[in-house]
Amino acid sequence: MRIHVPLVLLLLLTLFSCEREERRFRQAPSAASTKDTVQVSGLHPGGGPPQGSPQLPSYYQESAYAVNEGKRLFNQYNCSGCHANGGGGIGPPLMDRGWIYGSEPGNIFATVMQGRPNGMPSFRNRIPEYQGWEIVAYVRSLSGQLPSDVAPARSDDAYFKPSEESMPKQTPTGITGVPEQKK
Amino acid sequence: MKRAAQLGCATVAIMLSAACCQAQQSAMNPAGPQAGKIEWLFWVIFWIAFVVYVLVIIAFTRASTRNRVREERPVPVLENPPGERGAAIAVHSALAITVITLFSILVMSIITGEKVEGITSKNPVTIQVTGHQWWWEVTYPNLQADQTVITANEVHVPVGKPVVVLTNSADVIHSFWPPNIHGKHDLLPGYQNAFWMQVDQPGIYRGQCAEFCGYQHAHMGFAIVAESADDFSKWLEQQRKAAETPHDPETSRGEQVFLGHACVMCHTIRGTTAGSRMGPDLTHLASRHMIAAETLPNTRGALAGWIVDPQSIKPGSQMAPNPLDPDELNALLAFLQSLQ
Amino acid sequence: MAVADPIVVSNAERSEALRTTWSEGRGIYHWFTNVHHTTIGKLYFVTSFIFFLLGGILAALVRIQLARPENNFLGPDKYNQFFTVHGSTMIFLFAVPMMYQAFGVYLVPLMVGARNIAFPRLAAFSYYIYVGGCLLLWGGLLLNIGADAGWFSYVTLSGPAYSPGKRVDFWAQMITFTELSALAVAVCLIVTILKHRAPGMTLNRMPLLVWEKLVLSFMVVFAMPAVMLVSTMLLMDRTANTHFFNPAEGGDVLLYQHLFWFFGHPDVYIIFLPGAAIISTLVATFSRRHIFGYAGIVVATIATGFLGFGVWVHHMFATGIPQLGESFFTAATLMIVIPTSYQFFCWIATLWNGKPQLRLPMLWVGGFFFVFMIGGLSGLMLASVPLDLQVHDTFFVVAHFHYVLIGGAVFPMFGGIYYWFPKIIGRMANETLAKVHFWLFFIGFNLTFFTMHFLGLRGMPRRVYTYLPEMHWTTLNQIATLGAIFMTAGVLVFVINVLWSKQHGVIAEANPWGAGTLEWGVSSPPPPYNFLNLPTVSGREALWDDPPNEPVVTGIRDDVREVLLTNSLDAEPEGKEEQPGPSIWPFLAALVVSAVLIGSIFTLWAVVYGAVPIIITIIGWVWPKGDEAVERRSHEKWSTTV
Repeated sequence: MRIHVPLVLLLLLTLFSCEREERRFRQAPSAASTKDTVQVSGLHPGGGPPQGSPQLPSYYQESAYAVNEGKRLFNQYNCSGCHANGGGGIGPPLMDRGWIYGSEPGNIFATVMQGRPNGMPSFRNRIPEYQGWEIVAYVRSLSGQLPSDVAPARSDDAYFKPSEESMPKQTPTGITGVPEQKK
Repeated sequence: MKRAAQLGCATVAIMLSAACCQAQQSAMNPAGPQAGKIEWLFWVIFWIAFVVYVLVIIAFTRASTRNRVREERPVPVLENPPGERGAAIAVHSALAITVITLFSILVMSIITGEKVEGITSKNPVTIQVTGHQWWWEVTYPNLQADQTVITANEVHVPVGKPVVVLTNSADVIHSFWPPNIHGKHDLLPGYQNAFWMQVDQPGIYRGQCAEFCGYQHAHMGFAIVAESADDFSKWLEQQRKAAETPHDPETSRGEQVFLGHACVMCHTIRGTTAGSRMGPDLTHLASRHMIAAETLPNTRGALAGWIVDPQSIKPGSQMAPNPLDPDELNALLAFLQSLQ
Repeated sequence: MAVADPIVVSNAERSEALRTTWSEGRGIYHWFTNVHHTTIGKLYFVTSFIFFLLGGILAALVRIQLARPENNFLGPDKYNQFFTVHGSTMIFLFAVPMMYQAFGVYLVPLMVGARNIAFPRLAAFSYYIYVGGCLLLWGGLLLNIGADAGWFSYVTLSGPAYSPGKRVDFWAQMITFTELSALAVAVCLIVTILKHRAPGMTLNRMPLLVWEKLVLSFMVVFAMPAVMLVSTMLLMDRTANTHFFNPAEGGDVLLYQHLFWFFGHPDVYIIFLPGAAIISTLVATFSRRHIFGYAGIVVATIATGFLGFGVWVHHMFATGIPQLGESFFTAATLMIVIPTSYQFFCWIATLWNGKPQLRLPMLWVGGFFFVFMIGGLSGLMLASVPLDLQVHDTFFVVAHFHYVLIGGAVFPMFGGIYYWFPKIIGRMANETLAKVHFWLFFIGFNLTFFTMHFLGLRGMPRRVYTYLPEMHWTTLNQIATLGAIFMTAGVLVFVINVLWSKQHGVIAEANPWGAGTLEWGVSSPPPPYNFLNLPTVSGREALWDDPPNEPVVTGIRDDVREVLLTNSLDAEPEGKEEQPGPSIWPFLAALVVSAVLIGSIFTLWAVVYGAVPIIITIIGWVWPKGDEAVERRSHEKWSTTV
């Protein structure tokens, strides 16, 4: 019956945990922070390596729950009113390759929180920061930037576009059509 | 003003009389004809079951002990046990009695079911209950759109009159269950079902979601407030009104706080520009006797705690934390508590 | 009383030859090449019991959380995972594998007088696939991927929109593993029971446990595909953009419930009927007489098997199905009480007209009577639609199903384990420890679950991770938690008893209880070849009814794994068949199938690429053994060699 030894060794698995399944309910509330300062120019004086953009905390990129929350918020806060589930309309499409203000998580976060010229509202003080990051993760999934086991599957609505997890990954480009350079 | 005072007194009176029974979410304490008939059926089947149980246990005990052999080693096998014919008669008689008993339970069950579901009336009050994760959207539809009442978590009904409850769900399967009044009915996404309900005794009856629906299934309660026809009409009239414009500076500031923070993203207060249908309608928040789906009392302190840190009370619910400065919070509370 | 000895060659020589032919081999490699039913049966017993313990630990944690209102021992996320995995473990990883597969695989070949189960490699494969399912669900739980939508995972909560991540996918695929395992065992058992019985064992003379396993195997064949279908549909909705349960695209949430409960209700009879059969066996043995009403009990078992498929809507009375339709299911649910009541009356009649010797296993028969009946009677209340609408999805129904499942399966299981312990292990279990175990478990069980009837009637719904203090449910919950402590202690005493008695128990003779079925005619534990001489029978209780000069079968070879095939109805000998020896291919096939099933949760390419290794293992499995075996088989009647 020593075949059961491996079963007991299973318990060691408790030391690990799957990031995809992490769920955080009680997160730090929204506050003005320096995190949404995005570098908008690639130039900087003095040589040396460039500063990075604010990074998406890895939880939002890796947790299926967080991305699914982003999808729920995208629908409930009526982003579809202008962006039509990613297809665009009044606002630009979000499921294609083209990014007017950059596809890095920090860029998208700044877009959502600060707003942009030509009609994108600012959601600062209207939504907590962590919800902003959840929406950022979801927006990135619309063009297939997230792995398919993290991105949301089909919703329980009419099926008018492929689910985010079956979207092929689009290579982000800027408005000029040239693929973005990684900063 | 007078009407508001009358309404307030009526509410307090109901609350006082029901306070001792407020936690009476029990199928054994019927307040309406439907729960009453079901309780009757329960006792009938219970006593049948009790008698059957006692008889079978006595038979089993006697059978095990009357010829009992106390040997440890196995004794020789009985080749032709005596009394087999008697046993055959007994077994088949018991079987016949069982069949007859089961059939009578079937008949009683069908009759009770027909009586419970057969309550109807002409021109009943119609209530649409839509389940959300994790609160109840309660609508009193009306052919005139401005007469429609939308509220949350609290269902008012006139005493003694059958009402029709229409059920639907916006997300997952929930189940509407006020045990003092009626059995549960599931709220299914993609289905619009309906059932009749009647409450005969005035009071406040707590109910709870009875189909597992996610993280805060445990805290998804609601209340049925049964009141006289007059009080019910007054309540409905009051609910139809939009929120009054704030009179004093504090309440006015509270309205600005509401509109300037996350609150406006999810809640409706008719009479202001807040129109989101994502969360419960707060137009008459102060008229409800509990908040957060029958989880917290509707007091200033509980409301403050709920607004600032809902995730510590209901982790996983869809309300985000709202850290506010103390005077902003106080102003907001003043505004919310003015929404009668 | 041993089976009659042959005359020609000495027993010692023959038993040596048979032992060599039928041995399973030693060493780590041979851990994975088992094909004898006693080995596989023991593996099933131990593995399913381990998962009983693990499921019980989760239940204890759930009870700790519910001991106080607004407790914060477990948050809602962990609580949801724990109660879901508790239910799924108990039903899929413990109850069916123990009651059906463990008892069936171990006992049926012995009871019908065969050397091994039919299709031994398929039986081995079924065990490894079952373990794959266990590892999937529990590996998931330990990695925070524990299923969390309830053991029946209703849509749309378990659908792609409201259960993100892979938790429900792990649950759905675990279903595929365990149902595949049960179907494999069903095939083995049906063929064993119909084709491998001892000559003279007509259908009319089969032990009741064998009848029950035959009925159960057919129930498995008809019920399991429904759940494999519905779990696969759920998996496809979640990963392949199908819309089976998406109302917006023409899908239906109630379709899930219908398909699931079409399986789910027969499943609980698959769990209960083995318990009833064990009770029949124990009552006959310890009343020292043939069971009263053998034919009636057989008919009752078959009737329960059929009727079990006609009651599933009683799980769905609250969904708004029209009352007339629901009343049909009330009638069917009440009707299924009739065959079960008949069995109760027959057991009482057997005891009444017998000479009861209330040995240790009878304690559990008594427990069964006291406990299962309460569950059956509360089932009458659940059968009635209006009353069910009050108590459905509350702690009342939790009380009901624990009374019928623990009363109807776990109590007979413990009785059966103590009864067959000497046969399987070779030593008697310690009686004092066993009595302590019984009373702790019995008292604890009633404390925990009887109070739940009141909790349900007083308004406490199921699956709530906490409750408000003003609901006045606190005291009852505390009593229920106290009972859980007693139950845990009782089970611990049992584990100690097993471990101690294995080493130090009184050595058991072949037939310590004086029973009548064939497994008691061989030594305890049985030799690897089961029977020195394949027996014939001339009565229902072979050891009681056969005359001293009952003939034995000759002409079956001792140097190859030969088994006797007999006619399905009256067990006239028909031919011989050679069975395969120890083989690594069932384990490899199970490994590969497990990898493909788990991979398909993440990408459908796993099925495409995985087809190759699966084909390789199938080829290895059926590869002919070599010239000698081919020559032997060419001289025999046609037979299957899986």
